[in-house]
Amino acid sequence: MATIMEPTIFELSSPGRTGVTMPASDVPEVALPPKDLLRSEFPLPELAEVDVVRHYMKLSKFNYSVDEGFYPLGSCTMKYNPKINEDTCRLPGFLYTHPLQPIETVQGNLVLMYELQEWLKEISGFAGMTLQPAAGAHGEFTGVLMMAAYHKSRNDSKRTKMLIPDAAHGTNPASAGMLGMSVVTIPSDERGNVDLKALAAACDDTVVGMMLTNPNTLGMFDEHIEEVVALVHKCGGLMYGDGANLNALLGIVRPGDLGFDVMHINLHKTFSVPHGGGGPGSGPVGVSERLLDFLPSPLVGIVEEGDGDDMAPLYGFVTPKHSIGRMKAFHGHFGGGLVRAYTYISMHGPDGLKDISQYAVLNANYLQARLRGTYKIPYDRICMHEFVAEGSFEGSDVRALDIAKRLMDYNFHPPTNYFPLIVHEALMIEPTETENKDTLDRFADALIKIAEEAKTQPELLHNAPHITPFGRMDEVKAARELVLCCWLPENYETLT
Amino acid sequence: MNTPTNLKYTKSDEWFDAASGAVGITDFAQSQLSDIVFVELLVEEGEEVTVGKAIASVESVKASAEIYAPASGKVSAVNKGLSDKPETLNSDPFGEGWMIKIEGGTAGDNTMDSTAYEADCAGRAH
Repeated sequence: MATIMEPTIFELSSPGRTGVTMPASDVPEVALPPKDLLRSEFPLPELAEVDVVRHYMKLSKFNYSVDEGFYPLGSCTMKYNPKINEDTCRLPGFLYTHPLQPIETVQGNLVLMYELQEWLKEISGFAGMTLQPAAGAHGEFTGVLMMAAYHKSRNDSKRTKMLIPDAAHGTNPASAGMLGMSVVTIPSDERGNVDLKALAAACDDTVVGMMLTNPNTLGMFDEHIEEVVALVHKCGGLMYGDGANLNALLGIVRPGDLGFDVMHINLHKTFSVPHGGGGPGSGPVGVSERLLDFLPSPLVGIVEEGDGDDMAPLYGFVTPKHSIGRMKAFHGHFGGGLVRAYTYISMHGPDGLKDISQYAVLNANYLQARLRGTYKIPYDRICMHEFVAEGSFEGSDVRALDIAKRLMDYNFHPPTNYFPLIVHEALMIEPTETENKDTLDRFADALIKIAEEAKTQPELLHNAPHITPFGRMDEVKAARELVLCCWLPENYETLT
Repeated sequence: MNTPTNLKYTKSDEWFDAASGAVGITDFAQSQLSDIVFVELLVEEGEEVTVGKAIASVESVKASAEIYAPASGKVSAVNKGLSDKPETLNSDPFGEGWMIKIEGGTAGDNTMDSTAYEADCAGRAH
């Protein structure tokens, strides 16, 4: 095994070593605060600048990123993040502004936010949009708060149940649970759609709504989406759309047109904002007409109309009538999320966005077709932007985890595994549109070779990965023995 | 897969021993979950439970799962040591891995015998 050890930065520390030499003080000395307010034990590492740089440079080489190779992490949309985004979000006009500046001095920023709101509304088919939420789950929570506020405004206090399919992301029940709602799980049918009978049975006047990801985590577009929406609306519930898989739909289907009432959009998935350690994320939320008044405040709006000629409109902040309030300090992840997404959308334009989804769907179907004979595909029909295969073989003790780890020896990031829970030994594969056919073929070849290895040399898989700096991690130890701090105070024993 | 014939089983992979009142998760369940890293018992001794009530929460390196009461009655004992040794659920699900005892409990209508349970598992595994 190619184990390359790099000590921690604390282990590299040497007492008295410093990064910079301070000049002699040329100001009068001032007494320190009383001793009992000072800590004597504060083990910051002591290193020279060059040692710090080399340490982190070495660690960075252990990393694997989209810039290095294929990253088919299902439901995460790990597409390539264009470098032009990095230029635009560092333009001085965006970089050197403060969220508390008078609006007259930040009109450019506000125009960008206003146009991004309008574009996202056009793309998703919604009537209103907030850019505040910090990421997907925060967007969900924002959306569910608006659903609750809507029912409350109608004095409809019986509604406490949120319907969530068994294929849903775990954040959906968590978001509903955070608001004290009870979660009712709706099973999927044999073709990977929402089971309509089970849904109909669960629909009554206690339903807040349904949280549905479409296409779902199996990569399946729900074949009865209109019936699903109709059933939920008929019992007075609202439809929440989890926009995690929007990358399959750009320019093709608009969730607002399908009848969804509220949906979050992951700018860090669909619109090329880096994520997975390269964040921050951004989770704008769109709403239909009937939830418009409940949107978080403030929204970016036109506060003074222009004259259509020399005088541009004045952009500023507006507050919806029954707003649920502020969801985040200031205005969302402006430079990191909004400027990058704005750049990406303007770079591609309407036709380009449609291409993105078509290629994302084509790539997933190509991979599915290449792997079909080797791996079982439990929900085997035309998929959208991702598909789920089973990582196990009849009569073999090789599991999805072994296959995922072995892929690292072929220089690929493993797919999502053991999710969705409704697929046995799930391997969830999302290639995205940014990969060419050569990469897809190399990945399919590797998975086919691994399936062969599973039969002939299962130990090779059980002990994988072999070429990474560290081999198979002890997942049980990692989950059970949490060490969340880098050093323990001397009196640790007495603290616990 | 081990499936003792003297026990009752649920589709959600709990077992119930009518003789002792003991409740736990099956060998099939632990093998599907793989390495179990946390167990939290949600009921206390003396509490009344009804069929379908969540009695424990189990987390493995793969997934988390709620464990539901397969019988109704009064909880006469809880296996307190389990939270310190969650791996017991993997090594001895029908023995040391018992979770609670339901005194004089009546098994729910949704329980089945070992043959029916094995058939149900076989249908789900692939």
